[in-house]
Amino acid sequence: MRGPGWQLCKQLITRRVHSSSYALKEVELTSVRYPDLKRGPFGRLTDSDVTHFRRLLGAERVITEDLDGYNTDWLRSVRGASQLVLRPRSTEEVSAVLRHCHERRLAVCPQGGNTGLVGGSVPVFDEVVLSTSLMNKIIDLDTNSGALVCEAGCVLETADAYLAERGFMMPLDLGAKGSCQIGGNVSTNAGGLRLVRYGGLHGTVLGLEAVLANGDVLDCMSTMKKDNTGYDLKHLLIGSEGTLGVVTKVAISCPRRPACVNLVMLAVRSFEDVLSTYQFAQSQLGEILSSIEFMDGASQECVVNNLNMSHPLPGHPFYMVVETSGSRDTHDEEKLSLFMEEAMQRELVTDGVLATDVGQIKSLWQFRERIAEALLGDGYCFKYDISLPLNAFYEVLENLLYSDGNIHLNMTTRDFDAAVLSKIEPSLYEWTAQHGGSISAEHGLGLKKRNFIGYSKSPSAVALMQQLKTMLDPHGILNPHKVLPDN
Amino acid sequence: MRILVGVKRVIDYAVKVRVRPDKKGVVTDGVKHSMNPFDEIAVEEAIRLKEKKIAKEVVALSIGPTQAQETLRTALAMGADSAIHVEVPAGELERVQPLHVSRIISKLATEGKFDLVMVGKQAIDDDCNQTAQMTAAMLDWPQATFASKVEKDGDYLKVTREIDGGLETIKVGVPAVISADLRLNEPRYATLPNIMKAKKKPIKKMKASELGVDLTPTIEVISVEDPPVRAAGIKVDDVDTLIAKLKEAGRV
Repeated sequence: MRGPGWQLCKQLITRRVHSSSYALKEVELTSVRYPDLKRGPFGRLTDSDVTHFRRLLGAERVITEDLDGYNTDWLRSVRGASQLVLRPRSTEEVSAVLRHCHERRLAVCPQGGNTGLVGGSVPVFDEVVLSTSLMNKIIDLDTNSGALVCEAGCVLETADAYLAERGFMMPLDLGAKGSCQIGGNVSTNAGGLRLVRYGGLHGTVLGLEAVLANGDVLDCMSTMKKDNTGYDLKHLLIGSEGTLGVVTKVAISCPRRPACVNLVMLAVRSFEDVLSTYQFAQSQLGEILSSIEFMDGASQECVVNNLNMSHPLPGHPFYMVVETSGSRDTHDEEKLSLFMEEAMQRELVTDGVLATDVGQIKSLWQFRERIAEALLGDGYCFKYDISLPLNAFYEVLENLLYSDGNIHLNMTTRDFDAAVLSKIEPSLYEWTAQHGGSISAEHGLGLKKRNFIGYSKSPSAVALMQQLKTMLDPHGILNPHKVLPDN
Repeated sequence: MRILVGVKRVIDYAVKVRVRPDKKGVVTDGVKHSMNPFDEIAVEEAIRLKEKKIAKEVVALSIGPTQAQETLRTALAMGADSAIHVEVPAGELERVQPLHVSRIISKLATEGKFDLVMVGKQAIDDDCNQTAQMTAAMLDWPQATFASKVEKDGDYLKVTREIDGGLETIKVGVPAVISADLRLNEPRYATLPNIMKAKKKPIKKMKASELGVDLTPTIEVISVEDPPVRAAGIKVDDVDTLIAKLKEAGRV
């Protein structure tokens, strides 16, 4: 179904307007951009609250000035008006802070690396920001099972580097790895580039510890791969985006680091060929396939222009990045070699480059991982992340990214434009729902998508979610205005 | 002009190197190897000279075990016409040093009537920076080392070199030996069509003994150790304490 919204989208795609990105202060306040949002019946921060927090954490970890970075999201698309940022170092401190906030009905916005893409990681109004950045200790690694226990504030890349030295790796990888924290990854059920091989966090998280809205510590820590004792509460918290509890510790199952990693970037003529190549890669590479991603020509042009990089395969309509990981290089290289030869002979792909050293692997990945960053240079980015059954893909627009049933749809304009927004939403979500897809495959709901939850979840499911939220957070102080629609 | 490019298979520069328990070397088993980055730059430059029609043919050379052929395949995929593999079993590889490599290259350069020998300025595993210089001496050819630019100048080559004080431009007669520095060029990726073509390009196998080259080592590695762990620094609160600490350490 192609309504007027689609026509507009097509126009936006062909016309690209460049501008410099916003300074933090120029980002419009969320409360102004979304005037229908109303601040909840929360307490207001007083001097005695600040004094109390200073007594709990010490003055250096209670911040009242220069809060723009905490108030603004990475996309520079939303900005809150928090007056206070707290930086606890331990679960006990988080518990004491939340106990006080619960008593005083002070709204709290838990924040990790602040790399979320749906406005879920920053305050909407004057919520107190609770940063996990200082809770970054790696507690233990069991080298027999690969179970890693660490605090929620560990940066993904740092944890991965620690694991690399010991022959393991994190089971997830995203472009934001240099800043995102594991607690945030778990709270948003982050997917990422390696989901196709290692699965999602609902499978790899073994246990977690969180602090609930009233300050109670919920201990669901475990490093067991098998444990069928009662209701598995951690799954409630995984993906709850900080609205049911603040994750403070994570136990995650880490795979062995592969001895041999190979990467090839392919140039593809059409979307049908992308799907055929995807299926061919699955069958030829089988168990060594660790990542397979797809980009379009427009996204690559954006990366080349905005990030000043030179492309190894310029001028093609579609691209794919295929990564293999295994324990034996001769075995993997033989499989990959056969795959590449056949793909060329069958004309599934028109060209390609193979990375011959680790430096080239990193360089080639940038053409996929830095697309979001490149788009920032265009101005405001309307960002959609939907999942669809594969056969529905034949009807889609040109500007697409693809990974494991998931499309990232990005449209940019120079400035935020409410008229543009109203043309894209809700028609895009309606279309997705009609095809039985998810309106947010990986990015979560946060602030920007919470009102569209109905397109992907039934009324009975949403009603039960509201009940659980009320039960676990009766005053509604944890990350208000996020995930669930206001009643 | 015919160019002979030397390429060495080394541990990939992004890999964290580990000292072997016997402290006689580093762990190479199961560790990712790739072409020495400076050699990659040398290959790229040779190919560019061919594309500019300054050179007619590029032959890649590697001295090493069976896996050295992968490194040669990469050079062929970048555009080299053929390759030579001087086979040295993995166990004997550590005893092959720049002196032996230079002897092999010189022999092949003479027998193959090459006009230009190109190598990376140094290998990232031993950091010797000797092969180009020794080869030139053995051949009695001029050398242009640390090249950051190579241009044709009539019958000569004009080479810009990276030196401590800045850049030095020299004119060398041909035949000559050139060693590539980092800024000479950015090597191309191996493309799929070229990788497939490379499979059909010939790799000539030979042994050092066939060339009459003696591989007896002249250097013995006594031990290989980790660098000392860096001592942690301390923070001081004021200048007086800083001065006191400096005096304590005998620095002031």
